[in-house]
Amino acid sequence: MAEQVKLNIDGVDVQVEKGQSILDAAKKVNIRIPTLCHHEDLCVAGNCRVCVVEQEGKNTLTPSCATPAEEGMVIKTSTPKVRRARKDLMALLVSEHNTQCTTCYRSTNCELQDLAAEYNVDNNIYLSVLKENLEIDKSSWSIEKDDSKCIRCQRCVRTCAELQHVNALAVTERGRDMRISTFMHLPMNEIVCTNCGQCITHCPTGALTERRYYDEIWEAIDDPEKHVVINTAPSVRVALGEMLGFPVGTRVTGKMVTALKKMGFDSVLDTDFSADLTIIEEANELLVRLKDALVHKKDVALPMITSCSPGWVKFIEHMYPEHLAHLSSCKSPQQMFGALTKTYYAEKKGIDPSKIVSVAGMPCAAKKYEANRPEMRDSGYHDVDAGLTTREIGHMIKQSGINFLELEDSEFDSIMGESTGAGVIFGATGGVMEAALRTAYFVITGRPVPFDNLNITPVRGLKGIKETSIKFENCLPEYSFLEGVEAKFAIAHGLINARQIMDQIVAGESPYHFIEIMACPGGCIGGGGQPIPTNDEIRKKRIQAIYDEDMNKPIRMSHENPEIIKIYEDFLEKPLGEKSHHLLHTKYRKRKRY
Amino acid sequence: MAEVKELVKELVDKYGRERKNLLPVLQGIHLETNYLSKEAMLEVAKQMDLSAAEIYGTASFYSFLDTKADGKYKIRVCKSITCEMAGKSEIIRTLEDMLKVKVGETTEGKRFSLLETNCLGLCDQGPAMLINEEFYTQLTPAKVRKILGEYIRNKY
Ligand code: SF4
Ligand code: SF4
Ligand code: SF4
Ligand code: FES
Ligand code: FES
Repeated sequence: MAEQVKLNIDGVDVQVEKGQSILDAAKKVNIRIPTLCHHEDLCVAGNCRVCVVEQEGKNTLTPSCATPAEEGMVIKTSTPKVRRARKDLMALLVSEHNTQCTTCYRSTNCELQDLAAEYNVDNNIYLSVLKENLEIDKSSWSIEKDDSKCIRCQRCVRTCAELQHVNALAVTERGRDMRISTFMHLPMNEIVCTNCGQCITHCPTGALTERRYYDEIWEAIDDPEKHVVINTAPSVRVALGEMLGFPVGTRVTGKMVTALKKMGFDSVLDTDFSADLTIIEEANELLVRLKDALVHKKDVALPMITSCSPGWVKFIEHMYPEHLAHLSSCKSPQQMFGALTKTYYAEKKGIDPSKIVSVAGMPCAAKKYEANRPEMRDSGYHDVDAGLTTREIGHMIKQSGINFLELEDSEFDSIMGESTGAGVIFGATGGVMEAALRTAYFVITGRPVPFDNLNITPVRGLKGIKETSIKFENCLPEYSFLEGVEAKFAIAHGLINARQIMDQIVAGESPYHFIEIMACPGGCIGGGGQPIPTNDEIRKKRIQAIYDEDMNKPIRMSHENPEIIKIYEDFLEKPLGEKSHHLLHTKYRKRKRY
Repeated sequence: MAEVKELVKELVDKYGRERKNLLPVLQGIHLETNYLSKEAMLEVAKQMDLSAAEIYGTASFYSFLDTKADGKYKIRVCKSITCEMAGKSEIIRTLEDMLKVKVGETTEGKRFSLLETNCLGLCDQGPAMLINEEFYTQLTPAKVRKILGEYIRNKY
């Protein structure tokens, strides 16, 4: 056991590991100390000072997040001096803040607002020193940046550096001119940014938000000419409830479907369907690559890496432009869905595709950008007209006055509403890998993957990089080339971990055959479009909900999804066929590194 | 462009590629080229494997690393409190008037850049300013006109 220290906080004795902060110790005994610049995912910054406490024997106040607990410390967290200091700090922050809560997207979900309310800050102590002419940067398809709401806590800077290793944001200038900004203050759409949105979910205020599209969607719903289709990603159903009164980790699939129907969407479909489709296409692509490598001795790019996370795709395009061949050519489930909505779905339903508005409900900020990539028009139209985040959907449900808590459940519409447990687990890190292996193993050997209940547990959990391997034995004749081969797999989430995987590939030392990479820590359940806050505790609960949903599905392997079988029979013909190539696969582009 | 690349390479070879050597590298470029151009900062990012935003963040922190002003003579007027109280605004007005540029701008032909800076340590003799490495104290509008007049006549 690591060395322990004992201290006393507000009269309560507490013991913590040496190195833990006073804040950690207080949490342990259920004493809440307010924080702003602190975030569980990030390193300590200690710049906001609202977490100050009194320490016996010291004249000055101590920032509890940045001070290690020490043996014998006596701490008071709520004295008049502490309260005065906090109130004063809040008043200072407010004096330089564009305090327009009534029109702010983060209102009721803002740490600054909460604390200002808690301390009942007097607006008249300090003159407003809010800088004029601060323009909102709306250049990016995904991210909106409003410096007038920024408290310069640098959580976004640390997020982009420590979790994503992109370093798109930095502290620039200094003193009263200090800003959180980009290289030479370039607009967000001109810099190296993956649109992952992690900076948004780590921002305590409304300074960083996703670009919102829901007003357009309401317009479309209201237009009798338009047929509005929404597909919702697996992670939305395990997090949406958090915005609407349910505890973290509640599955609200049925309620969500009912709500969306009540709101007026003409068809509510399931992105899990196209996740299943992705698995079929991707597993086949992997087998082709393996065969090319092992049998035809061709120089194919292995390991193959998943391509369903658009934040990750943009990351590799910027950071490793010479290694794009490793990416699977499969589009993300969202984009497959979009392309099929305006072709297969339109055809089957007899609807003019030009009248269809296809909406994607996603846990993601990057998917807004992806929907607007010029190459994503294979249906002849804009494949996906708009991407909404889980947060936007939550807002829309609130706007429509639906009593979500009491809502009855309903089923997704058809066609493209049927899915398997394999499609569901796409939402968690390791899920795509698990889904792919469930199908690939079956295709290769004709038997289910040799794990208890199909649960490939080594690929699950929040470890940054996970590995596993599977040995193929007694293969079906056409896959005899894999007989006895021990295939190696890796899973990474959070782009800082993706970088390690890529550096290994660049060095020619990657032992893997297939790699899953998700831009966001935890996978899509921790996506940049998910309810705020997100931290490891919350990620774990959402992940648990995903696996529960999987266990509850009657079918848990993508290739057994009846609607998938049907779409190949009726429309696509075969995996990697001509139609698939046209509609479901894509190309990548090299981007500048700096 | 090729020159910038060479220059950065030279400096990076000399000081090392680790992040801690960023400042001497930036100073080296500044010394040679009189300011840090966008191209130079991008080149440093590339050669030191840092993000461009980080370079800009560091450069913009220091008053003496210019990312925009590229005049041959850099006039830096102290903007800190003592000089402010001693009449810095008038000094700025006089300079703006003579040079026909505003603070932060550079005159045509890149002769003069007019800038503000933090305390120069000459507080007892304010208002104070620097023109490149030369310092001038106890400024009055008349004194400024004389000093600048000399620069305009003699020094270029
Ligand atoms: S960021 Fe928070 S405090 Fe600021 S206007 Fe928005 S809700 Fe209000
Ligand atoms: S969206 Fe992601 S990559 Fe872009 S600035 Fe935010 S954290 Fe960094
Ligand atoms: S944008 Fe948000 S996270 Fe970044 S410094 Fe400002 S308030 Fe903090
Ligand atoms: S939360 Fe401790 S200094 Fe900001
Ligand atoms: S205040 Fe101007 S030199 Fe110090």
